[in-house]
Amino acid sequence: MNYVPHTKEDRSEMLSAIDVSSVDQLFADVPLEIKLDRDLNLPAAMSELELMNYMSELAGKNISTDQVVSFLGAGVYDHYVPSAVKHIISRSEFYTSYTPYQAEVSQGMLQAIFEYQTLMCELTGMDISNASLYDGATGVAEAAMMSSRITRKQRIIISQTVHPDYRTTLKTYAHNLDFDVEEIPFKDGITDFEALKELISNETACVIVQNPNFFGYIENMEIASEIAHKEKALFVACVDPISLGILASPGEYGADIAIGEGQALGIPMGFGGPHLGFITCQKKHMRQMPGRIAGETSDNKGRRGYLLTLQAREQHIRRERATSNICSNQALCALAATVYLSWLGKQGIKELAEMCLQKAHYACEKLSLVPGLKRKHSAPFFKEFVMKMPLDPEKISSDLISANILGGLPLKRFYPALSDSMLIAVTEKRTKEEIDMLCRALEGLV
Amino acid sequence: MTMPLIFEKSKQGRKAYSLPKSDIPGKETTELLPDWAIRKKPAFLPEVSEVDLIRHYTELSHRNFGVDQGFYPLGSCTMKYNPKINEDVAALPGFNNIHPYQPEELVQGALELMYKLGRDLCEISGMYEASLQPAAGAHGELTGLMLIKAYHESLGEGEKRTKVIVPDSAHGTNPASAALCGYEVVEVKSDERGGVDLTSLREVVSEDVAALMLTNPNTLGLFDENAVEIADIVHSAGGLLYYDGANMNAIMGIVRPGDMGFDVLHYNLHKTFSTPHGGGGPGSGAIAVKEILAPFLPVPVVKKDGELYTLDYDRPDSIGRVKGFYGNFNVLVKAFAYIRSLGAKGLREAAETAVLNANYVMRKLQGRYHLSYDRDCKHEFVIDASYQLKHGVNTNDIAKALLDLGFHAPTVYFPLIIREAMMIEPTETESKETLDAFIGAMLKIAELSESSPETLQEAPHNTVVGRLDDVTAARRPILRWTPPEG
Repeated sequence: MNYVPHTKEDRSEMLSAIDVSSVDQLFADVPLEIKLDRDLNLPAAMSELELMNYMSELAGKNISTDQVVSFLGAGVYDHYVPSAVKHIISRSEFYTSYTPYQAEVSQGMLQAIFEYQTLMCELTGMDISNASLYDGATGVAEAAMMSSRITRKQRIIISQTVHPDYRTTLKTYAHNLDFDVEEIPFKDGITDFEALKELISNETACVIVQNPNFFGYIENMEIASEIAHKEKALFVACVDPISLGILASPGEYGADIAIGEGQALGIPMGFGGPHLGFITCQKKHMRQMPGRIAGETSDNKGRRGYLLTLQAREQHIRRERATSNICSNQALCALAATVYLSWLGKQGIKELAEMCLQKAHYACEKLSLVPGLKRKHSAPFFKEFVMKMPLDPEKISSDLISANILGGLPLKRFYPALSDSMLIAVTEKRTKEEIDMLCRALEGLV
Repeated sequence: MTMPLIFEKSKQGRKAYSLPKSDIPGKETTELLPDWAIRKKPAFLPEVSEVDLIRHYTELSHRNFGVDQGFYPLGSCTMKYNPKINEDVAALPGFNNIHPYQPEELVQGALELMYKLGRDLCEISGMYEASLQPAAGAHGELTGLMLIKAYHESLGEGEKRTKVIVPDSAHGTNPASAALCGYEVVEVKSDERGGVDLTSLREVVSEDVAALMLTNPNTLGLFDENAVEIADIVHSAGGLLYYDGANMNAIMGIVRPGDMGFDVLHYNLHKTFSTPHGGGGPGSGAIAVKEILAPFLPVPVVKKDGELYTLDYDRPDSIGRVKGFYGNFNVLVKAFAYIRSLGAKGLREAAETAVLNANYVMRKLQGRYHLSYDRDCKHEFVIDASYQLKHGVNTNDIAKALLDLGFHAPTVYFPLIIREAMMIEPTETESKETLDAFIGAMLKIAELSESSPETLQEAPHNTVVGRLDDVTAARRPILRWTPPEG
């Protein structure tokens, strides 16, 4: 199977039309010494049926959340994906198109991006959004680089309660740009703002805090924002978009840049990607924004239309002086988020956030009643929280599998000091019965 | 007719969503959260019914052109057919509904797929080990350069090697990625055959060069016959070679970057291996490297331990991670399905046919369009509008006229070294009939440029909007819809 339509006759007609005896002749400029003199060593080609069987077999070696009840979160959440989302992003006019370079035949995608930008601005309470970034982790790195461009400073301060993968990604990027990355410790699961006051200086480009933080706890972003601004550093808020149905928006607490992982907005967990990095900022920072941006304009007859704009920031124009090297982004994931947020609407996002909040609190209360389990910290939380376990959380996690439960994340791999703890996430999908089942299973184990 | 925005269809109280009825004792938000944490001003999300929602985005889809709608000869983007079966297999719950932090023994199928795809990508490129983590081509470039930097640092030459050489015909992401990696970019000229000018290259190569980034075939669609010599020049000065894999579709099974002397490459799985581009992503920029760079690959790397597949984080020289989790997994599934569908012979035939198609279209257009380099091309070629310019018709006019005739336009005004460039990449999945129809359209446009240039200057005429005012858009940017006052 190779999807090549040519018949033998087509091929010979084409070859004679260009006056070439064989296709090999078209490769005559490839030096013989480097030409591959054998077939690639790959398994034999499969028919569609064989491929489906083979891939189903591989997929079958994974345990999906259709088979188990999941309490895993830590940046990737088991939220419900509405059918409307799947149907729209499966329209091939969208998914088989390239970046909308030819605006006149790409109005659909461009308008959807413009709507996405509006939705993300509304949700985060900011002025400007781009068309998307790769994910939350690279979003943190892009925000740090953007802050450095704006402030012309190279010192980045990030809370240790920001997702560990985001922090390691930031450090990888920072190493090559000679950025200095320092971490703010935490106390009782919350960023230690007194420590931030010690760390910050007039050399600081930005302060990055996540809310709800990696442990699910609510950070006092207003205080963090004040501390940052007092030293003329930018404040970067890393947020969970679902939480913004009820939690204060980055705009409300004066963030300069908001970023986050948009997977929760109608995108499957998919073993970690593709997900959606979003970034929004205040208007004054518009020209330092990385990546694609769609804008409204009009055509030669005065009709409203959309195109990619402010391209003087971008790599294909500015090359080594571009605001970022990003080219391909996560457009289809942004489309999913657009349909998802429009499906929820103004009231739906609030109700959904409230439902996550309430179910997580119910779960926390019930789990605290299981002998040996207790809350590790006391901070207010949204849809995730940390429980101290009486036995090794890794062991508990693997024992829960036999009860068809995917337990929370054992925190040891990221926070050795929390090796007795598990991070538990509860979305709207979890029912009372499932939460009670988790409690019963744990009672049996501990 | 102006197409309304979803916000303009909103009516208070309408809804598409439904949520399960709460089955737990409910508490007020104010009981659970401190007042300072709570949002004061609600987000203005549209309130629409589900049928409005579906019709709105279905209507938008009608205003969009994809490969399934027609021929899409966008040079450097390899807009080949995206097989439907690959969409179906990637949507299997066993791939789609798995969490990245599930214990390894519960995701053996996913890890096996990643391991095998990594091996396949090494075989196709002649490399040693792969990382599937980068999310797109530019991300792969950045990652590859980070590996090069880590390599030089390991030899104590990190401070000394500050430059990356990029040909003047390179993709814009090449210099942008090099800059993002902290390198100074040095441009090297093309020679009269469209390849790297060896004399200029020798002049700029010295002990301060970290790497040369090259696409081969290059953005002119031409194979650089001096590949081996170029590699020798750079290697002998202690520099490494980066291969931009955007054009891999031309050479699969014929020649391998590893055998040409390159040390690291990125693939664009969304080009070469048929995964759809999604209107601008998600893509995948998987990389593969020679053994000397393997210790520096991002963590985690998928490893095979006997019968078990694991995520290896224990790589002390690793540059760290470049994104969350393990890569755009769903895209990886489709690319793997594609490689396994085609096999070795299928991949080679795809490359050969892509090259045949490009040469066929090029020779048929030659004479009516100026061909910048008159030699056999690989999977794409560059023509320019210099003949048409005499009649006041430029490349943009030709591109817009193609839209009227039902085709997507080629990549225009790139590469930058050709004035009024049009870069045409037909791909292997297009039939002779489709190519002939496109050739017919291009010849008709060439004719119109002489007989009625004004028709072309005002094109497109048949699209949902006409030519858009990009100058005003950039000067007075409107980047979001704003709710009416009150």
